[in-house]
Amino acid sequence: MADVNITLDGKKLTAPAGTLLIEACKNAGIEVPSFCYYPGFSLQGACRMCLVKIEKVPKLQTACTTVIGEGMIVTTDSPEIHQARKSMVELLLGNHPLDCPVCDAGGECELQDMTFAYGAAESKYIDIKNHREEQQWSPVVYFDRPRCILCYRCVRVCGEGMDVWALGIQNRGVASVIAPNKEDHLECEECGMCIDICPVGALTSGAYRYKTRPWEMKHIDTTCTHCGDGCRTTLGVRRADTGIEIVRGDNRDKSGINGDFLCIKGRYAFDFVDNEQRIKQPLIRKDGRLTPSSWEEAFELIGRRFAEICGREGGRAIGVIGSSKTSNEENYLLQKFARVVLGTNNIDHHRTGDFPAFARALAGKLDATASMRDVFKAPAMLVIGNDPTNQHPLLAWQIRNNVRLHRSRLYVINSQPIKLRRQATAFAHIPAGSEAKLVALLAGDDSVLDVLVSENTPREALLSLRDRLRGEQNLVIIFGAELRGEEMARLVKVGSAVSGAKFVCLGDYANSRGAADMGLYPDLLPGYLPVTQGKTFREEWGGLPDAPGLTIPQMVDAAKAGQLKALYVVGANPVARFNIDPFAFAKSFVVMQDMFLTETALIADVVLPGANAYEKSGTFTNTCGDLQLLRKAGEVTGTKPDFEIIVRIAERMGFDVRKLVPFGGGMWADMGQSRGAQSGEADRHSVWLEAHGLETKLSPFDPMAILDEIQRLVPGYHVSRRTLLSGTDQHTRIGGPGILHNPELIVPANDDLFTSGTLGRYSRALNSVLENQRRKPVETEVAAD
Amino acid sequence: MADLVSHPDEVKIVSKRFGQGATDIDRYLELDGYKAVQKALGIGPDALINEVKNSGLRGRGGAGFNTGMKWSFVPKQSPRPKYVLCNGDESEPGTCKDRLIFEHDPHSVIEGVVIAGLSVESHVGYIYIRGEYRYLSNIMQKAIKDAYARGFLGKNIFGSGYDFDVYWHGGAGAYEVGEESALMESLEGKRGIPRIRPPFPAVVGLWGGPTIINNAETLASVPHIILGGAEWYASLGPPRNGGTRLFCLSGHVARPGVYELPMGYNLKKMIYEVAGGIADGRRLKAVVPGGASTPCLTAEEVDVPMDFDSLMKAGSMLGSGGVVVLDDSTCMVKFALRTMQFYQHESCGWCIPCREGTDWLKKTLARFHAGEGVKKDIDNIQYLAENMLGRTFCPLGDAAAMPTIAFIKKFRKEFEDHLEGRPCPFEKEGVVKQLPVFA
Ligand SMILES: Cc1cc2nc3c(=O)[nH]c(=O)nc-3n(C[C@H](O)[C@H](O)[C@H](O)COP(=O)(O)O)c2cc1C
Ligand code: SF4
Ligand code: SF4
Ligand code: SF4
Ligand code: SF4
Ligand code: FES
Repeated sequence: MADVNITLDGKKLTAPAGTLLIEACKNAGIEVPSFCYYPGFSLQGACRMCLVKIEKVPKLQTACTTVIGEGMIVTTDSPEIHQARKSMVELLLGNHPLDCPVCDAGGECELQDMTFAYGAAESKYIDIKNHREEQQWSPVVYFDRPRCILCYRCVRVCGEGMDVWALGIQNRGVASVIAPNKEDHLECEECGMCIDICPVGALTSGAYRYKTRPWEMKHIDTTCTHCGDGCRTTLGVRRADTGIEIVRGDNRDKSGINGDFLCIKGRYAFDFVDNEQRIKQPLIRKDGRLTPSSWEEAFELIGRRFAEICGREGGRAIGVIGSSKTSNEENYLLQKFARVVLGTNNIDHHRTGDFPAFARALAGKLDATASMRDVFKAPAMLVIGNDPTNQHPLLAWQIRNNVRLHRSRLYVINSQPIKLRRQATAFAHIPAGSEAKLVALLAGDDSVLDVLVSENTPREALLSLRDRLRGEQNLVIIFGAELRGEEMARLVKVGSAVSGAKFVCLGDYANSRGAADMGLYPDLLPGYLPVTQGKTFREEWGGLPDAPGLTIPQMVDAAKAGQLKALYVVGANPVARFNIDPFAFAKSFVVMQDMFLTETALIADVVLPGANAYEKSGTFTNTCGDLQLLRKAGEVTGTKPDFEIIVRIAERMGFDVRKLVPFGGGMWADMGQSRGAQSGEADRHSVWLEAHGLETKLSPFDPMAILDEIQRLVPGYHVSRRTLLSGTDQHTRIGGPGILHNPELIVPANDDLFTSGTLGRYSRALNSVLENQRRKPVETEVAAD
Repeated sequence: MADLVSHPDEVKIVSKRFGQGATDIDRYLELDGYKAVQKALGIGPDALINEVKNSGLRGRGGAGFNTGMKWSFVPKQSPRPKYVLCNGDESEPGTCKDRLIFEHDPHSVIEGVVIAGLSVESHVGYIYIRGEYRYLSNIMQKAIKDAYARGFLGKNIFGSGYDFDVYWHGGAGAYEVGEESALMESLEGKRGIPRIRPPFPAVVGLWGGPTIINNAETLASVPHIILGGAEWYASLGPPRNGGTRLFCLSGHVARPGVYELPMGYNLKKMIYEVAGGIADGRRLKAVVPGGASTPCLTAEEVDVPMDFDSLMKAGSMLGSGGVVVLDDSTCMVKFALRTMQFYQHESCGWCIPCREGTDWLKKTLARFHAGEGVKKDIDNIQYLAENMLGRTFCPLGDAAAMPTIAFIKKFRKEFEDHLEGRPCPFEKEGVVKQLPVFA
């Protein structure tokens, strides 16, 4: 849009026509106070804090509702304006309980800030304040009316942002009150967005309330461990006798791919960390019972047994199962360990999306994947299968708000009436299992129409959907695990006919994509390189086994046949996930690393207490391929990061760890792990060293050394390390030839908003919500209108 | 149902069919009913708008905007339907005129709505009736039904080929919903909260379509202008203040009632001649000239012509035509409290200054009047009101602030007389029981 000329506090500027005055001020570095204005949500004009003087207009005007006009001359501060704002704060404080000393928001409260800024602390009133009792609306959400300033942000974020519409306003005048959708309680997605956006302490969270004060915590930016979307999360961390206590999760500075967004899991489900069932000491099975032991004893045993088996029968007799929740560095290290130290390709993980087929379908089209940020900007989006609202909450947020704010067109194809259909330009409701047919239709095969049509979706609707899709540009195509193998290839081919099309292949866990990218496959090296190829890796590692190894089901069969002598499980629960007969491994030596005694512990001979992603540094790759940093929040006494454990086992096997982890080279930043320091510090430390021309020392336990190798060897990971270390996501590219696998090896996690694989079972927050739901009949969807 | 009054100075135009049985459609037709709309069908939109503009008709809802001018803001082309909205939410304390129109002459409102529709090429009108006026909506419903039965509404009205539908809608008991944008929200089935303006209703109104919104009296005046001509209508009042207006004289006067007088009629004359002067031989103390929202005039200030411009000059407003006369037995503190109780009760609560301001003003005034006032309260009341003025989201906040400021400025001494635990000088029984702080 054309620019218009305006004058702000004497500064002459130009800004695009249509800009709100409050935004124009912000861009010019002038802060206009606001309570009710919140970028990206509907305008309210309710709090009157943003009053400014516009020349030739008699009354003060609200900057948040005024669109700039040519020649507009604006004063943003003057005695009159100051007084107007001051009186608003005075009026708000009139009925406010002033319980800042105990309020959760104290120190982070916009009303406090305004009181300081406008000097409105002296009370003018002597009459009794209006009072209402605090209410608990859900296990997660509490509401304290006297603190509420009625800015309506919560109402809008829940309705406009989340499309849940669970909050409303009741009564009028001074009796106005924010109200939950079910009279005295909420039935909603429990995302806590309302709490986060509340400028004061009126909405508080069941997880955090009255626990601490903001200045008593360290705030550590890291990446959520729950789903494949990779929200940036700020952990509020306190020291505790166990090492650390995470007291809060939010996205404190609203940076990162998720901006304002976090779902219930990112915001509250960090509490598995201090679940009392957490194991904090290695356990060795003695006389059939898992018995506490020392780390030394455990490492000695594992090193000896692995070395024995390798020596006697070769690596082929050992299977390794990796994790979708460990870091890229750990995953890379684990497969390198399997291939180089154990000498086997028997490595696999719980696959939730067919990434090798995706790589194959893209066939080197490096720019054909969409980042999470791209999804928010795309002019058109096609979602086939999956239910992002439940399985990919951030993705759903991006899609929904792209439609709302940018008028993007959304096409939804699903066998269920998923919630995102409410934002859809067109929704094709197809029979379950017919996604592949749908792809065929899109490819031009009209013979499949009969299978696809239904009462809700007539023939014409499907054909017009196809026509409309063909007319789109820069379409982002998002698909779930319903599409695998060849079907995916067909879809990519169809999609590529649309100019500028990009794709997102959905995988379910926090690092499902990273596990795939890092080669946790029996037949693929990192970067989707078949093991039969991979010259660079052979050269770098000095050789590796040629024959593809065993998949998880094959490992089970081999164990039953007595051929698999050992199984090494890192951060996975295959017994529960694949319904494995526990007796299959009766004769194998099973080592497992985990936080809890999961079903897999039933078959374990050694259990090592691992650290989770909040307790380690490294990187995750989300389902879109965005590479993000994990920053260590602290450590829980007695546990070790999987990275360190793997290195220690290799060392006990008599392997030269320098060949496993190329540490001590010229790497310029320590990711903080080896020093045991809180992450940010260590990074700053090394940046300082670097700035002074000093070499920072890396230890063999430092993931940075492996990240360096990943960046050198894995196609698509050549991103800017500096940008990454500064906390900004970097979009990787999916390269490599890929491969076609048996589609049945893919087992979707089927998590919903309130579950998170095995991990979620140990979260008090998630359990309390689930329990609460069981007590009440659940209404799955609230009508939008 | 209210008794009708009359006075020789009256010029009966809008009220000419009052008491004539015009709710009956045949009787209405006998009394020149539905002639104006038929004439209008042959005039064309631009000429219609000009006629209304030239008549000097100004909105009878309170703000006094030139009606024809308002209509001219409606865009000719619109992708969305255009609407005509009759504001019959009449809730301004002291105002009770639209009610008589609905009661005695409902067809004139319908006719006005249709003519307004013709002037902007709209095909749908809504008549919004205050929730408490239940019995009037029965009358209006019948009138609409009868008009449909005769072919005056619906498809092809009067055989002209023009379609026009009229619906009625009842309020749910909120003064704020008389504010035009809140009224549209209410009509759309939402909470009665005003909208951000601009855009103004003429451009983006009901369901996003361009909308004319006018007071019932304004619309009921339109047919008379079409029949009698703009010039005639304009000549009845002073420049830029055409025609007559229904003045609702209430309070301490001998003959309260609704009188139709030419615009610019002298207020003093209105009180002493038309309404028969102050009752019971008492003396005039103050007048609220245009509904509770307008600043009061003292006895010395009442020699003023009752038109929009003159009252503006006198520091008040002509408002909605509700003239409330107060004699010297009135406690102005109590009157201020009563006024504020109304606004506190009716504030929609959307914006801070009005929601919180009216509540603190009410609490303070209640305590003050009960004899527990402290000196700083007086300044505080003024401070509160002055800090609301001009800063609220809609004019209700101003409506609460303006009279309050006038009460303090013009009757400060009376406030001071309530200080130091002295009983209210106007209460015979002595100290008034303190009103509960929570309503
Ligand atoms: C708080 C408030 C209440 C109002 N109540 C009414 C009302 O009851 N009836 C009315 O006609 N106008 C009322 N108005 C004025 C309307 O907003 C609007 O100006 C009017 O309906 C326009 O019609 P007019 O131009 O014919 O006066 C009110 C305004 C405010 C701010
Ligand atoms: S927790 Fe989320 S879904 Fe629930 S009311 Fe708050 S914003 Fe709405
Ligand atoms: S609860 Fe918080 S966000 Fe919601 S209206 Fe009140 S102050 Fe605003
Ligand atoms: S959407 Fe996914 S990544 Fe984001 S907070 Fe929720 S579980 Fe975590
Ligand atoms: S001034 Fe504000 S609170 Fe009062 S009625 Fe208008 S919008 Fe509502
Ligand atoms: S920020 Fe503008 S009125 Fe609230």
